[in-house]
Amino acid sequence: MAFNSADISAFKDIWVFCEQRNGVLMNTDFELVSEARKLANERGSKLVGVLLGHNVEGLAKQLGGYGADKVLVCDHPELEVYTTDAYAKVLCDAAMELKPEVILLGASNIGRDLGPRCAARLNTGLTADCTHLDIDMNNYVDFLEKSSTLDLSNTKFDMEDTNLKMTRPAFGGHLMATIICPRFRPCMSTVRPGVMKKAPFSQEMSDKCVVEKYDVKLAKDDIKTQVLDVVKEAKKMVDLIGADVIVSVGRGIGKDIKKGIELAEQLTEAFGGGVVGGSRVTIDSGWLSADHQVGQTGKTVHPKVYVALGISGAIQHKAGMQDSELIIAVNKDETAPIFEIADYGITGDLFKVVPLMIEALNEARASK
Amino acid sequence: MRIYVCVKQVPDTSGVVAVNPDGTLNRASMQTIINPDDLSAMEQALVLKDATGCQVTAVTMGPPPAEGMLRELLAMGADDAVLISAREFGGSDTFATSQIISAAINHLGVGKDDMIFCGRQAIDGDTAQVGPQIAEKLNLPQVSYAAEIEKVGNDVTVKRMLEDGYMKIKVQTPCLITCISDKEKKARYMTLNGINHCYEKPFTLLNFEALKDEPLIELDKIGLKGSPTNIFKSFTPPVKGVGVMLEGADKKTAETLANILLEKHVI
Ligand SMILES: Cc1cc2nc3c(=O)[nH]c(=O)nc-3n(C[C@H](O)[C@H](O)[C@H](O)COP(=O)(O)OP(=O)(O)OC[C@H]3O[C@@H](n4cnc5c(N)ncnc54)[C@H](O)[C@@H]3O)c2cc1C
Ligand SMILES: Cc1cc2nc3c(=O)[nH]c(=O)nc-3n(C[C@H](O)[C@H](O)[C@H](O)COP(=O)(O)OP(=O)(O)OC[C@H]3O[C@@H](n4cnc5c(N)ncnc54)[C@H](O)[C@@H]3O)c2cc1C
Repeated sequence: MAFNSADISAFKDIWVFCEQRNGVLMNTDFELVSEARKLANERGSKLVGVLLGHNVEGLAKQLGGYGADKVLVCDHPELEVYTTDAYAKVLCDAAMELKPEVILLGASNIGRDLGPRCAARLNTGLTADCTHLDIDMNNYVDFLEKSSTLDLSNTKFDMEDTNLKMTRPAFGGHLMATIICPRFRPCMSTVRPGVMKKAPFSQEMSDKCVVEKYDVKLAKDDIKTQVLDVVKEAKKMVDLIGADVIVSVGRGIGKDIKKGIELAEQLTEAFGGGVVGGSRVTIDSGWLSADHQVGQTGKTVHPKVYVALGISGAIQHKAGMQDSELIIAVNKDETAPIFEIADYGITGDLFKVVPLMIEALNEARASK
Repeated sequence: MRIYVCVKQVPDTSGVVAVNPDGTLNRASMQTIINPDDLSAMEQALVLKDATGCQVTAVTMGPPPAEGMLRELLAMGADDAVLISAREFGGSDTFATSQIISAAINHLGVGKDDMIFCGRQAIDGDTAQVGPQIAEKLNLPQVSYAAEIEKVGNDVTVKRMLEDGYMKIKVQTPCLITCISDKEKKARYMTLNGINHCYEKPFTLLNFEALKDEPLIELDKIGLKGSPTNIFKSFTPPVKGVGVMLEGADKKTAETLANILLEKHVI
């Protein structure tokens, strides 16, 4: 029998699917739980972390520290390594039985494999790769006023509406859409990593968090795929997402690539430490490895300071950095689109300007 | 053995993207292209065809002009093409889209040795959801984010990409695989011979009449009205107010900036 997703009053609680790899929770889990805490408060409902894996119960309390009231632990040897079949069965079985109103998943390569499979089985909608979530209509209208070009003076909103409003970029960031799923439950969404802010960890909340075991029913032949091997590519992870300061370089360093990257590194140090990023051109040309890429097909970042050196500011690049708290751009072309979103811009040759910036920053810091 | 390749015609979002004042896309003013990941899926299918002589069927759901894209794929080497097209299907979200496409594929039949290839993601809707949802509706195993596909008998081995590495996954046919684009493995060009014969190859139109009684279709869950998700609002992000351009590219400018950052407690 197909699952009845239309009886919407039967559904409550907000769930976050918490992904772990090799027994380690992902940073996205903490971001999602923190964000879902706000939503649960807006809705007046409970927040449940759902943790699948093998011997992972010990991780549960961590999720409590970011706001989960309860963690549902689904432990089974067949859940140690991710397979679509096993994870989809367990998550859907639990959702069919316990009927959550909302399920959030990280939009990782795994979340985006699991989410649609489950949504199809649960007969409900799924919104992809969201960057903003609201339940309370007042908050949503505030968000629209800040983040859209819409004229809202003639728009009437139903202030009692309790649907989850899921906002996401589409058409490569040229358009934002807010999606709702009004007639079916659970309302499901994958959420872009690095966008939601992680709350400070609270030991008190962690202690209070209830850990509950879910009775997993899984047989070997539920799983039609066989994982032959999991290979971690050995490379130093560039932590763009966690960085407070990012100095990114673009094609503009082309006339002396080594020097350009060196200057970017020195500039991060002058800010007190940070990470070097790059536009896609620098990755495609092999100047920086792929994990440095900022933008639509790279990482979405929102550091306190983002410095763009010799980057023109293509829409796909902006999509990954325009929500940075402070943007500084150096470009020799005064019409470069990056200046449209920069808080401070300097027109000039980066090879001349950046050394001056490094010197001035060091002096300013010394004078503090 | 037959490989169905699901292909979507999309506006070229790398060029100028025109947005109407009401926040919808001005599709008429944009070029359409074959979704890049789908071209890659087609190429992988044609490589398997070269090796095994299997049948490759291009499937798309879209408005009637999508026929042009299907003819291109026939000219590249696909054996036959299926256009799913009806007013009733318009405005479908991914749930509804995958329901219609899986009903169409089911209508054509999925044999023991068959596979379905999708692109991982379409560059307009950007959801990457249609592939896994078709797999669920057809009750087939899925492997997404495929970079390499090898097939020996009924065993298919896939290199499935993760953010920090990859998995090697073995799966049996029938199955569904979503492919990522790879700069190294460019899709082949249409051949002259292919172009000459692309109008002679089998071409099937599946309209509402043809699919409405398919068991996989729930008539109240298709199209704009039936889709579980609805667009509540769409809008363009505001251009962030132009900031301060600091005059000159000299030491004084650098010091001005450093002082501002100091005052703002950024450093
Ligand atoms: C589907 C798709 C996805 C994409 N995803 C991404 C993505 O994730 N991230 C991304 O970055 N791009 C992405 N791109 C590519 C994007 O469209 C641009 O091509 C790219 O961002 C340009 O990189 P750039 O700014 O470094 O180079 P350019 O656009 O060539 O700009 C170089 C800039 O450097 C300036 N310059 C040159 N010399 C100097 C100097 N000595 N001093 C100061 N300034 C100098 C020039 O004036 C120019 O503005 C994507 C494109 C597509 C189609
Ligand atoms: C602004 C905007 C936002 C949207 N957001 C959502 C959302 O969050 N959730 C949702 O459910 N729907 C959403 N939709 C609707 C969605 O874009 C359509 O359902 C679309 O037809 C399929 O989704 P996609 O383009 O994301 O395809 P994807 O799921 O990214 O496509 C993956 C693969 O599936 C195959 N495929 C997809 N469509 C077709 C087709 N028509 N014919 C043949 N093969 C195909 C291709 O192989 C493709 O590479 C949105 C639409 C718009 C305009």
